[in-house]
Amino acid sequence: MQDLIRRYGTGLSALFCLLVAFWIVMLIILPNFAMFEQSFRPYLPVAEIGGPKDVYSLANYGKILDNGFETTIFGLPVTMPIHIKTFLDTVFYSSLVTFFTLVFAYPLAYYLAKIASPRSIPTLLLLLFIPMWVSEALRAFAWYVILTFNGPLNAALKALGIIEESIRWQNGVFTSYDAIVIVLTYCYVLFMLFPIYTAITSLDTNQIEAAEDLGSPWWRTHWRVVIPHAKPGIASGCVMVFMLSAGSLLVPTVVGSTKANWFPQTIYTWFNDALDWNTGAAYSMIFLLVCIFFVILMMRLFKVKLSDIAK
Amino acid sequence: MSRNRTLLGHFYFALFVLYLLVPLIVMAGAAFNDSKLPTVAPWKGFTWAWFGELWADQTLWGAFLNSILVALAVVALAVPIGTAAAIVLNSISGKFRATLYGFMVAPVLAPGLVIGISTVLFWNQMGHTLGAEDVALFGRGLHLSALGQVSYIAAYVMLLVLARLQSFDPGLEEAALDLGANHGQVLRRILLPHLYPAIAASAAIAFFQSIENFNVTLFTKANETTLTVYVFSQVRSGITPKINALAFLLIVLTLVLALVYEMNRRRRARIEAERQAEARRAEEAMLA
Repeated sequence: MQDLIRRYGTGLSALFCLLVAFWIVMLIILPNFAMFEQSFRPYLPVAEIGGPKDVYSLANYGKILDNGFETTIFGLPVTMPIHIKTFLDTVFYSSLVTFFTLVFAYPLAYYLAKIASPRSIPTLLLLLFIPMWVSEALRAFAWYVILTFNGPLNAALKALGIIEESIRWQNGVFTSYDAIVIVLTYCYVLFMLFPIYTAITSLDTNQIEAAEDLGSPWWRTHWRVVIPHAKPGIASGCVMVFMLSAGSLLVPTVVGSTKANWFPQTIYTWFNDALDWNTGAAYSMIFLLVCIFFVILMMRLFKVKLSDIAK
Repeated sequence: MSRNRTLLGHFYFALFVLYLLVPLIVMAGAAFNDSKLPTVAPWKGFTWAWFGELWADQTLWGAFLNSILVALAVVALAVPIGTAAAIVLNSISGKFRATLYGFMVAPVLAPGLVIGISTVLFWNQMGHTLGAEDVALFGRGLHLSALGQVSYIAAYVMLLVLARLQSFDPGLEEAALDLGANHGQVLRRILLPHLYPAIAASAAIAFFQSIENFNVTLFTKANETTLTVYVFSQVRSGITPKINALAFLLIVLTLVLALVYEMNRRRRARIEAERQAEARRAEEAMLA
């Protein structure tokens, strides 16, 4: 701190600190605290705020347990609250998306880092970047065009004689979340690719060659040499993709069927349609906790530090 | 064996690029189909009509302008904040630095909807506390979208500038101070010129991150809308291929930018290679 003042003087140092303080306090800490605090207060008309009814309670969090409906888990009939179901589906299918992107991206990251010639790398990366620059709304819309009932996918499959009747892809073939998983995988696969690519680039190629010279089959080289080295990249990619998928509001709304509810949609309904900001805050607190839990899980699973993930 | 694997790698890469590009081509293609729905099959004939409709859509151009304004505001706030944060972080050490760093990068990992909701709740509550609920500043609107976006985009700026600061020699500042420069001159003439590449790159990133942003904007906006949110609402409520026409234009713009960038890069690489060859020749001539 003394160093800062010595170099830039009191005035400029104060300005720097003021800017940083504005960011940390006004844009990060206080808003999150406001959300935390308001999530415990009831939704009231403006006149009654601060009145006798305005007391702290867990009622907003309790709303997630309302509206039970009959369903079956592994053949057992159970009554489950609808928002819990949405919540579990979101977590499960986001994990599935994370898994798919990892499977797709890992071989490509290895190819870019170790097989492709270094001279062509900038061109190859640019080719991959082009779809990233097109906005997410349009990428989701592109799949809407493809998956629609009278769309090119059905037409192509019918022309090839693979299917006879058009399929309603958006309603799903396996589950009602098919379309959402397909499109989320497409939208976020590059967020998995780049961290893993960066991690593998720093691996000394001699290590791979040494493993091969010592007779290690290709899969063991990957399992014992490449993947352990790429762990921080994999963890970082998993966190990014999971957060983006679970937090996506755009993709489920554009391509999802009416039967497939995504948790952010539930939050948005509370916030925007019911205008019950307090319950919306409580739900997004729950959502935030899941995200924090996922980050910790990844840190434990891959034995990496937070600073490795948030690069 | 190794040859086969290289071939397999090339093949997989080609397949992957195809997977990324085909949906975009299909979407762009639908812009020219003379059909009321955005689709390429069945093909009902070629038309430019959707571009005309796109041109006539006043709301869309308003949303486009809003996107640019919000992005400019985000750049104007996030770049100074992020740069100041990097300079402050660079001058401290120990536990306090780690804590501060943690707070700064946390919003990058936070989901957009959490940032959006917390921003709205905080400013709304502040308006209530100050007894000024009706003041537009405290209500939902694009100004809150900009503030919400700054909270995480400033972290990108900070990371880029901090990386650039690692290659800065603080001795230069000492020298300038010893030679009688004042503090403003040290900042303006010594430190900032060194940081400009990182500041320019982070400004570009901040601008495009802001244009792209959907989640924060959706939760913080009021009636005025941005381009991304407008496209979303169009897709949700009765779509016409004019969105495809917009997509076509944006994709073409992206391709042109990418091409310019690539040609520029190749030209620079060639000049660099020639310079190295020149240096080698000169060295050989000297040894001979």
